[in-house]
This record gives sequence, C-alpha cells and structure tokens, in this order.
Amino acid sequence: MKLLSTSALAGMLALGAAMAQAETVLNGLFMSQSAYSEADVRAMADAFTAAHPDIKLNLEFVPYEGLRDKTLLAQGSGSGYDVVLFDVIWPAEYATNGILLDVSDRITPEMKAGVLPGAWTTVEYQGKQYGMPWILDTKYLFYNKDMLAKAGIAAPPKTWAELNDQAKIIKDKGIVEFPIVWSWAQAEAVICDYTTLLSAYGGSFLDANGKPAFASGGGLQALEYMKATVDAGLTNPNSKEYLEEDVRRVFSNGEAAFALNWTYMFNLANAGDDSKVKGMIGVAPAPGVDGISKISAMNGSMGLGVTKTSKHPDEAWEFVAYMTSQPTQNAYAKLSLPIWASSYDDPAVTKGQEDMIAAARVSLAAMFPRPTTPKYNELSSLLQVAIQEALLGTNTPADALANAAAASGL
Amino acid sequence: MPTIPTTLRPWALMLPLLVVILGVVTWPLFRTVSLSLSDAGLVATSGNFVGPDNFVKNLGSRAFQAAFLNTAWFTLLSVGAELVLGVLVALLLNQEFRGRTLLRALMILPWALPTVVNAILWRLIYNPEYGALNSALLQLGVIDSYRSWLGQPQSAMLAMVVADVWKNFPIVALIGLAALQSVPRETHAAAIVDGAGAIARFRYVIWPYLAGPLMIALVLRTIEAFKVFDIIWVMTRGGPANSTRTLSILVYQEAFSFQRAGSGASLALIVTLFVMLLASGYVAIMRRSALRG
Repeated sequence: MKLLSTSALAGMLALGAAMAQAETVLNGLFMSQSAYSEADVRAMADAFTAAHPDIKLNLEFVPYEGLRDKTLLAQGSGSGYDVVLFDVIWPAEYATNGILLDVSDRITPEMKAGVLPGAWTTVEYQGKQYGMPWILDTKYLFYNKDMLAKAGIAAPPKTWAELNDQAKIIKDKGIVEFPIVWSWAQAEAVICDYTTLLSAYGGSFLDANGKPAFASGGGLQALEYMKATVDAGLTNPNSKEYLEEDVRRVFSNGEAAFALNWTYMFNLANAGDDSKVKGMIGVAPAPGVDGISKISAMNGSMGLGVTKTSKHPDEAWEFVAYMTSQPTQNAYAKLSLPIWASSYDDPAVTKGQEDMIAAARVSLAAMFPRPTTPKYNELSSLLQVAIQEALLGTNTPADALANAAAASGL
Repeated sequence: MPTIPTTLRPWALMLPLLVVILGVVTWPLFRTVSLSLSDAGLVATSGNFVGPDNFVKNLGSRAFQAAFLNTAWFTLLSVGAELVLGVLVALLLNQEFRGRTLLRALMILPWALPTVVNAILWRLIYNPEYGALNSALLQLGVIDSYRSWLGQPQSAMLAMVVADVWKNFPIVALIGLAALQSVPRETHAAAIVDGAGAIARFRYVIWPYLAGPLMIALVLRTIEAFKVFDIIWVMTRGGPANSTRTLSILVYQEAFSFQRAGSGASLALIVTLFVMLLASGYVAIMRRSALRG
C-alpha cells in the first residue's frame, strides 16, 4: 500500500513536472512609459520566449501612478505577479511587507562586478538585493544651444546660481518668456526635482536617527531656490501642474531654454519627429552649488524583482536576468542607458548620443537617494504639498517644510 | 409534492437574492467595520483592536477637515449650478421648435461620456499652453495672458466644478424635461388667458409639477457629488497643495497609498455615514411625494 501510494505520488510529481516543463506561465507587471515603451518591452520579452519556448509570458502594463498600488494589492489578494517593475523608493516598503524575494544569492559575481556600483542602491534594503536594476536614470539639465548662443552664453551653467543668471539674460533679451521649465505637479515628479536641488545644497532628508532633517539647511535652501526662480519669473509658472511629459512638450516646442528631466528626453527632443528643436539640444549634469557641490543628481532608477509568492521563482529570475542583461540593454540604449559599466565605452551604445553619455558618466556616479523608509509614500505626499504651498505663496518655505516634518510622524 | 408553508414561500423565493446581498454587501460592510476598529495595514499586518481610535483621530485631523470642506464646497457649487442649468435647459427643450429632437439627443452626450474621458477632455481644455479655454478667453479679451487654471487652488476647484457640471447637468435637465411634460396644456393655456406672465406661470403652474422630481435629482446629484473621486484624480490628483483633495481621495490615500487599511476603513465609513444622511433625506422626500401623489 505504501509502495503504491509512493509510486502514485512520484507519478503525479513526474506528471506535474512534465506539465511545468510544457508550459510555465509567468505574470509580469510593467509600466507604460516613455523610456522603454510597451512595444519595446514586448519585443524584449518575445526574444526571451523565443529562447525559452517552455515559458509563456503574460505581461501587463500600467501607468507609473498605478504600479505600486497594483503590486501591493495583487500580493495582498494572493493571486499576484511573478515579476514586477519597481521604483527605487519602494524596496524598503516591499521588503518590509514581504512582497519581493531576496535575490542576493542569485546575483552572480560577474553581475556584481559588471554593473555600475551606484546602480545597486536601486534594489537594496538593509544590505540585501531585492532585484536587478533595469532603468538607470537621474535628472539632467537640458538646454537649448541656439537660445544660449543667441543670448551670448558660451557654456551651460555649472551652478544653480549661474543657471539663474543665464535664465535672466535670456528672459531680458526676450528670447523666451519663461526660460526654465520643471515638473512640479503634486506628484512624485516634484520630489525628484527637489531631491536634485537638496543634494546640490548638501542637505539631507533624514538625519542619522531617522528624524526629518529637510526643514533646515540644504533642504530649506533647495525650496527657497525653487520659490525664488518662480518669483523672479524665470520658471514657467505652469510648472506647478506639470509632469515630465509636459516638460518635454514645452521644451520640444522651443518654449524654454532650460529643463530638468530624465534621459529619455534627450533623443526625443533632439531627434524626435514632434520636436521643433531638433539638433539644438545639449545635456549636462544638473548644476552644483559653489563651495558645496560640483554637480547634482538623484537616483530615479527602477528595478525588476521576483515576488515572494511566485510559484516559479527560478524561471522568473531567468527572465529578470535576461531583461537586465548587457546585450538586451545595449540594443535599447537609445531609450534608456545600460546598467553595465563597460557599455559606456561601447561605440555601438555611445554613437549619436555622445553628449548624453558624457553627462551620464558624471551624473550616474553621483546619484543621491531619496529616503529609504517603509513610510516613504506618506513622507513624499507631505513634502509634495509643502513644496506646492511654498511655491503658491500660501506658506513660507521654512514653515511649510517644518509642518511636513512634524506631520510625518518620523 | 410537499407544500411549502405560504409564509415561507416568499422567503424561499428571495433566498438567492438574500445570499447575493449577504455576499456582496453585508459581509464587506462587516469587514469594513471590523477593519475600522483595528490598526491593520493593507498587506502583511492584520492589526490589533484599537476601538474607536481611528474615528477620533480622523475626525480631529486637519487633513479630514480640509477634505470635508473641499468636498462640501465642490458639492454645493456643482449641484447648485447643475440644478439651475438643468432647469433652464429643460424649459428650453420643452419649447416647440425645429431640431428639438436632435438637440435633446445631443444634450445627453456629455452625460453618456465616461467620467475619466470627460476629465481628460477638460484637462486638455484647461491646458496652460494650448488649451481651448485660454485661447477663447484671450481672443474675447477676458484675460490678457494664458493662465494655469489647474495650477492655482481657487481656479483649480472651480475648473473641477465646471467640468462636473458640464457632464452632469443633462441628467437634471432630463428629469426636469420629463416633469415639464406632465404639466397639463390646459392649465398652462388657462394661465396665459388669465394674463399670467412668464414668471408667474413658472411659479404657479410649472413649479408644482417640477419641484418633486427636482428634489429627487437634487438628492441623487448631491450623493454623487459628495463621493467625487475620478474626475479630480485624473485632473489634479488632489493638487495643487491639496486644494482639491476631497474625502474620497483622502480615503484612497489613507488606505492604499499610506497602507493604513484600518484608518482608511474608518474614513470610508464616515463618508458612508454622510451619504446615508443624504440618502435618508431622499427617502423622506419620496415618502412625502408618494403620500401627496
């Protein structure tokens, strides 16, 4: 009897294995975005399934705004995804809530050595890796070379104060009414711009004890700078309702001389079909502050991880490894720069975007993190409102930030 | 065939429906109430019993009070405008003229549009760079330069109200039109013969027929407006500086963005309570008009 049941069990196992062999279905959650578009990601996935006919991929694409909620809710209901795309600000929360699998052991020494050192912070929480970095990004300063030449400006600004001076010249000469455009809508976008400035002014979000530290020093100076550019009429006042795509549209229409945005804007503004400023676009690391910083950058990267509830973690990891591999990333380097250090010396990658690569070399090494806390989302919401209150003039920068710090409960 | 006692039969017939109601209404409601009394998170933590703490904390919080005022302001403005506009349009469409049927059909279009589509449409209209509103107002000489309608707290809320009114006044007009058609022609004609002016005819002949249905429209629209979420979420996500954050958006943020399911559930129940108050007003009006009818 025992023998019979054992053999039956073995048979069932074998059958199960055979079925798994025949078809493993992986569910993936991705983002509809501008860096790698949905079509690009599907093309990468098709190449993966061509090499792995036993794996079937079921990919879903949602806007950035829905990515986190969908991941959390799907895991909460138990019928989740195997592979999820996540933003650099979520690993703390995901790890705390047991959403992502710790993949530290799966990362090979070759991966470890080949990927840019700064990229790993995208997927780390308390010294463990919860995925692979995939979209490596930071905010750059884009500028319109023609407008700068018309204003008699030889080189893009090295400091934020210099950016103000140059913007003022451009405005005074009537080249464009509002020389600088930003993404300052009540969304994560404004935090990305604020983080860039905060890092330039040498500020920090949280102190060593995890208490808010942004309400004074560099954090306060960053917001005061933002407010001053609005008051001086140098910043496009509509920035307060803009997201990154709005910034790109304004900049591509030739309605701004400077813009802070992600990598993806370079090729779209400089060579895109809908751009009126083709061939005029320069890109540089975001400026620094005299005596404090040479440049500024923030970590706006995203990673791919395997969920804890996945029934096929091995296959899911294989897919993640493929998507983040150097050949895949090099093939799509015009849309998003690779995480692999040696790619930046590969002519196939650098050709046609030499300016972008030059800026990336400097900026990617200096990426400043947003606070690593499981309560990040709430802190970010409070900061978004504080920044907008200051920009609208309903509160002073100091009071607005102090209120946010007090309300954060940290 | 065994006979079922007659008193049981209706219950037996209702059983499938009762099971469904139990499953989709009672059970979730019970879960929400028990969640609201706990400090549960959205995932991972099931939470401990904390009594009415969530309610006390939320009712006293500045975020709640601000969101409540935003919601009340939005409801007052949009429902008020929808009623006035709805009645005026209903009066117009009740006139005899060529193309009336076409106009009646066209009027329904905004209401038939999904709210999210409507919100995206209006976001384009309000766009500070190339929006139609800016262009129209500039050419009419009302403004001297393009404005950021969704970037300023006061105008953002008004912009939201206009978008909501455009979408929802047709349902008020439709209810009004139906009521107007029940006004007897003879009474109306007699009033004209008696020398009653337009305002007097509206007050004494039309209004008695219009008031009841309009009250129903008022209550229904108030409940809907009080729950507003999608149109605001698409257009401003509660910004700038939380000036358009309504109660429903606060509930969503608390439960999902901040992962405090317990606290979020308590907020949701508070909103439900307000809506139930409005709904009981509706029931009372229905009863009164039924008695009168």
